Amino acid sequence: MFPNNKGYFEEFGGRFVPETLMFCLKQLEDEYLKAKKDKKFLREFNYYLREYAGRPTPLYLAENLSRYLGINKIYLKREDLLHTGAHKINNTLGQVLLAIRMGKRRIIAETGAGQHGVATATVAAMFGLKCDVYMGKQDIKRQRLNVFRMKLLGANVIPVESGSQTLKDAINEAIRDWVTNVRTTHYIIGSTVGPHPYPMMVRDFQSVIGRETKEQIIKKEGRLPDYLIACVGGGSNAMGMFSPFFKYKQVKFIGVEAAGKGLSTNRHSATLTKGKKGVLHGAYSLVLEDRFGQIKSAYSIAPGLDYPGVGPEHAFYKKIGRARYVTVDDKGALEGFKLLSLTEGIIPALEPAHVIFYLNKLKRQLKNSIVIVCLSGRGDKDLDIVVKGLKIK
Amino acid sequence: MNRIERKFKELKRKRQKAFVVFLTCGYPDLRTTKILIKELYRAGVDIIELGIPFSDPLADGKLIQESSAYALKKGIDIFKVFKLASETRRITSIPLCLLTYYNPIICFGLERFMRMSRDSGVDGLIIPDLPPEESKDILKIAKSYGISVIFFISPTTSGERLKLICNLSRGFIYYVSLTGVTGPREKLPVDLIDNLKKIKKITSKPVCVGFGISRPDQIKRLYKIVDGVIVGSAIIKKIKDNLGKPDLIKKVVDFVLWLRGNKISYV
Ligand SMILES: Cc1ncc(COP(=O)(O)O)c(C=O)c1O
Repeated sequence: MFPNNKGYFEEFGGRFVPETLMFCLKQLEDEYLKAKKDKKFLREFNYYLREYAGRPTPLYLAENLSRYLGINKIYLKREDLLHTGAHKINNTLGQVLLAIRMGKRRIIAETGAGQHGVATATVAAMFGLKCDVYMGKQDIKRQRLNVFRMKLLGANVIPVESGSQTLKDAINEAIRDWVTNVRTTHYIIGSTVGPHPYPMMVRDFQSVIGRETKEQIIKKEGRLPDYLIACVGGGSNAMGMFSPFFKYKQVKFIGVEAAGKGLSTNRHSATLTKGKKGVLHGAYSLVLEDRFGQIKSAYSIAPGLDYPGVGPEHAFYKKIGRARYVTVDDKGALEGFKLLSLTEGIIPALEPAHVIFYLNKLKRQLKNSIVIVCLSGRGDKDLDIVVKGLKIK
Repeated sequence: MNRIERKFKELKRKRQKAFVVFLTCGYPDLRTTKILIKELYRAGVDIIELGIPFSDPLADGKLIQESSAYALKKGIDIFKVFKLASETRRITSIPLCLLTYYNPIICFGLERFMRMSRDSGVDGLIIPDLPPEESKDILKIAKSYGISVIFFISPTTSGERLKLICNLSRGFIYYVSLTGVTGPREKLPVDLIDNLKKIKKITSKPVCVGFGISRPDQIKRLYKIVDGVIVGSAIIKKIKDNLGKPDLIKKVVDFVLWLRGNKISYV
């Protein structure tokens, strides 16, 4: 099973952090491995996923979209219907329960789009924990509504003014806070990134997506799907969907990254497609960097994809050829956004809108296939951007 | 034995303690960094820790972050750092350590980085985001080039890992005074002295304390127990406060003399 006990997915992963954090990563790993086997913990986690977050989410046959694209069957895994509007809450619920188990009464998180920040603020409010969320100053401007939501939920949103003032800098700042307050604070990281055990733990908490999907598709179709497609920012919704299907080689995985303004520009977030091997935020994986190893700032119209790193397990999937990674640019994302809204009456988040557009590119190849898309979130948060992008009056 | 080890031997013989200064290379410009090293050496600084500016310095507080961003904006890159190191080496024999995050080393190539370090007269390497568990590759290469890799111990390091780090660290052991990032502090943790006594008991290697040190009384107390202190952010702040002023160098040197307890009318 991956990762190994040092947190490696073959060459990717590990734990590249300041010495001060080593003990609490070990503590977190030990606690998590214990909790994972603890029936009471699992029962509690499942209880909140069901009663609070709204699981299971439907696996919806998008007939109109399928017909429109000429694809046999497209199913949407409706993570957009979860409480707070995205898959992020699967992870924050798991981690907050773990934090409580460890006796930590303060939660910190980073956020880019604000979705993970909202999902963290939500569970912190519910369990009565103090919550500080780091958010780049640029992102605060772009995602005003989510900032208000976090504040309403009682979280303290701390603007990050260092570096590029976006997600990567918010993670730096969260790590600095954690180094300082490590004895009392748990850091809920928002994706399958960071030092071991985070990529494994976040994957496991998100894998409820894939496990449900497997059961549902077998019930509906009597067989496994041909393709699973998901967008990849840090990689948590994709890994949550893919990992339970890892051993079924007939199920092909496609991860869609953001090409932003184009791969030939510097304005994209396609880490798996264009990145080099390196260390960012505690893991050895692929990163977007300049020729001196300075981290570049990423860009995408979808704030949740805007990250110059990627989870080590995706780098591993890419290396062994288990998944294929492709890109869709800003324009495509807006097209995908429109397409799903018009055909199915479902307004997607800009992140999975990349995936919807990719179906269009792939339609010939998928003609006879059963395809499952992870619809990781809903689009309410993106209306400002989309209204501007599509010039809607 | 390289310059760092020789330095500590010499200090021990003289019953003196090491004073280590951190400078962000190229802050505010390469010329100033170079003169600073020379003048600090003349003023009795024992070791220079030269920071390679990085885009994402997650172990650093505001002051060093800003100095790093400033230097990057001015176009400082790894080649310029090596060039400055070798120029420094031509005019002084001061032990030089590079401080860099791990990614630039990976990008440059581990072997190439070590070769350039050796060829530029660099003696040691400090990598704040590389714990011993991940350092097997780099240690092998560093050894063959005679570069000391210096590891950290923090207040949260315990048990087996303490011994592991004491064993692996070459040159000296970098004790992080507090749980936190770099940055000057008025007060150091109350249990610092006790923690240091514990470390000194399990290792015969030199132990230097860094993070937060900004006052002569702190240093005086620490010198009773450890082999040296490392001052970073407080120096960077002094540089920052005197940016653009003609007597920047003198101000920084005076500050170091004041920290060391010299009677300089200075606050
Ligand atoms: C709706 C949605 N989808 C996807 C992502 C990307 O994250 P990940 O790749 O971890 O799933 C985000 C991140 O904020 C998001 O909000």
